[in-house]
Amino acid sequence: MSFHILVQQAVNGLVLGSVYGLIAVGYTMVYGIIGMINFAHGDVYMIAAYLTAIFLAALTLLGIQSPPLIILLVLLLTIACTALYGWSVERIAYKPLRHSTRLAPLISAIGMSLILQNYVRLSQGARSQGTPTLIHGSLRLFENGPDQFVQITYAQILIVVTAVIGMALLWYWIQATAMGRACRAVQQDRIMAALLGVDTDRVISVVFVLGASMAAVAGTLVTFNYGSFDFFIGFVIGIKAFTAAVLGGIGSLPGAMLGGLVLGLAESIFSGFVNTDYKDVFAFSLLVLVLIFRPSGLLGHPEVEKV
Amino acid sequence: MGSVLREALLTGLIALLLFAPLTGVSLSGYTLEGHWQRPLWLAGWVVLGRFALGWLLSRRRHVVAHARPHRRPSLLASWIEAHRTFLLLAMFVVALILPWFIGKYWLNVAILAWIYVLLALGLNIVVGLAGLLDLGFVAFYAVGAYGYALGFKYLDLSFWTALPFGALLAACFGVMLGFPVLRMHGDYLAIVTLGFGEIIRLVLNNWMEFTGGPNGVRVPFPSFFGIEFGRKAQPGHVTVHEYFNVPFSNEYRDIFLYLLLMIVVGGLVFVIRRLRRMPLGRNWEALREDEIACRSLGLQPVMVKLSAFGLGAMTGGVGGVFFAASQGFVNPTSFTFMESAHILAIVILGGMGSTAGVIVAAVILTVLPEALRDFAEYRGLLFGCAMVLMMVWRPRGLMGARRARFDRSGVA
Repeated sequence: MSFHILVQQAVNGLVLGSVYGLIAVGYTMVYGIIGMINFAHGDVYMIAAYLTAIFLAALTLLGIQSPPLIILLVLLLTIACTALYGWSVERIAYKPLRHSTRLAPLISAIGMSLILQNYVRLSQGARSQGTPTLIHGSLRLFENGPDQFVQITYAQILIVVTAVIGMALLWYWIQATAMGRACRAVQQDRIMAALLGVDTDRVISVVFVLGASMAAVAGTLVTFNYGSFDFFIGFVIGIKAFTAAVLGGIGSLPGAMLGGLVLGLAESIFSGFVNTDYKDVFAFSLLVLVLIFRPSGLLGHPEVEKV
Repeated sequence: MGSVLREALLTGLIALLLFAPLTGVSLSGYTLEGHWQRPLWLAGWVVLGRFALGWLLSRRRHVVAHARPHRRPSLLASWIEAHRTFLLLAMFVVALILPWFIGKYWLNVAILAWIYVLLALGLNIVVGLAGLLDLGFVAFYAVGAYGYALGFKYLDLSFWTALPFGALLAACFGVMLGFPVLRMHGDYLAIVTLGFGEIIRLVLNNWMEFTGGPNGVRVPFPSFFGIEFGRKAQPGHVTVHEYFNVPFSNEYRDIFLYLLLMIVVGGLVFVIRRLRRMPLGRNWEALREDEIACRSLGLQPVMVKLSAFGLGAMTGGVGGVFFAASQGFVNPTSFTFMESAHILAIVILGGMGSTAGVIVAAVILTVLPEALRDFAEYRGLLFGCAMVLMMVWRPRGLMGARRARFDRSGVA
């Protein structure tokens, strides 16, 4: 019995961790580029969940019935629209404060987070919304009787596979394209990159767009899998994704994904064997402990501060 | 002019793309309802706003080139400065007289306003003076409130014992959290305090046996040296209407609490003013401006920040005790992140570091939502907009305080 629970929670944790990882890369990229936390990032994910449901309903009304096609179209549409939101967040809350004190853009981002939450609440209502299930069926492993098996749904498999593909594409883009090279240059030294001709404003906007796109992937996948969301889901999952980014090493892309998986697994194991009521307390406490004892995270490197 | 118009139209198009999916339709079960006019209206307003802004900016670009070399301070500012003592005295008298005339409902609003003044002054020490972004300030507020509630429940603490107890308990929580955390960058501090706020709320919500969970805890109303404010007194005590031989009224206890809060706020303002002139206060503000320079001059950043953090937490605890006393009941739903955002909005709008600004903003941002209760659902949206706009246009807030470079009082 314990073995099946452990494996089942591990599977659940990997799926959850993939979602955290997708959102965490947004935090880690923005932090790497401008050295700040994008407090509105969790709410961008929330908007992606709503957009997923809206586009799904719209495409269904238009008569598209094939699940693979509708999933792909919803994913692409949600990414495009959410990317525009990510761009707008940067344009409104960060760009005017590029050379301001450190506190001002942080507070501006918090204000933007409040705006996004309340904007969605006012336009879509405060109650939970849902979507119909598109992906049915599951695999059963280690079956050993009517109550002893490990189940992996096809939706969960889709989440993990899409997350891996998304991360791979992002990694390739960062490592192998000119704009990716510009991003890495700005991350190392923004002023020097500007002096050498890199358009730093454009690079920063692109990073916000990419972060929002990854959050859109997460939002779409979670909505397809769980089918339930409201205007406040971005708050808690945003903190947890940031925990994942810190756990993996803020500023490190592989670290963000690794941090997401570790956090997802830890949280799932805790939920399965200890207490579901306190699993959020566990995640938040993990954040505090990581920042206290290993601020640079698993794959990060301690920052040498120049004065 | 053509470029301004083109820019406005482009902005409107982007706004239309943003607004259309989320405001143009709304989810209804698994299908959609159309609201096609909403995004068009919103985009229209965006075009108008952007055009006006662009026109103003281009016009300002010309005006600045011909700006006069010296600008006189406005007449209003001069008048306020000249009659400062009189104005303060007048406001004090008005605040003193107010509770006897405004009725029970607005009396409760006034009490809540004073509590928010208290909380905002506490957060202003942390955010405004020391420059540390604390997003979980509500946790200390909750610790104070539950300190009183659970102190009464398990230790039979009275209000007067719970007041220092709640304050010290919140301060201990603040120092306990702050000590390991204040070594970090400001961003990490912000999100750790955010997480801490959630931890406190979740523990209060889930620890049924000890805190009552979502059901909350009842709290007694304070007495005053044995004089009580209920209709009937406990054995051996006397009620206020018996003591003064006047008819019973429910408002007496609220008036009492109001006046008590005034005293506490006055004392806190006095302490803050004194602290700002002491080396400790100057250390806070110096750290806010340039931490590296301070460290090179020999300051201990962690201990200086910790003092601001602990003092802010203590003030939050006091606010919590008063909140519990005024409500007669505490419950975890009073201590969500939205409360922290509300208090932070007060500090930002009032002007980080400005005591007077924070007090004015606290009163306005507490009374205004009550006066405009029909627009209550827009409160969060307006707070968010106000925070973004304030940071973009007036980072120091409406009444932002900047310490004068030279103290003029000593110069002829």
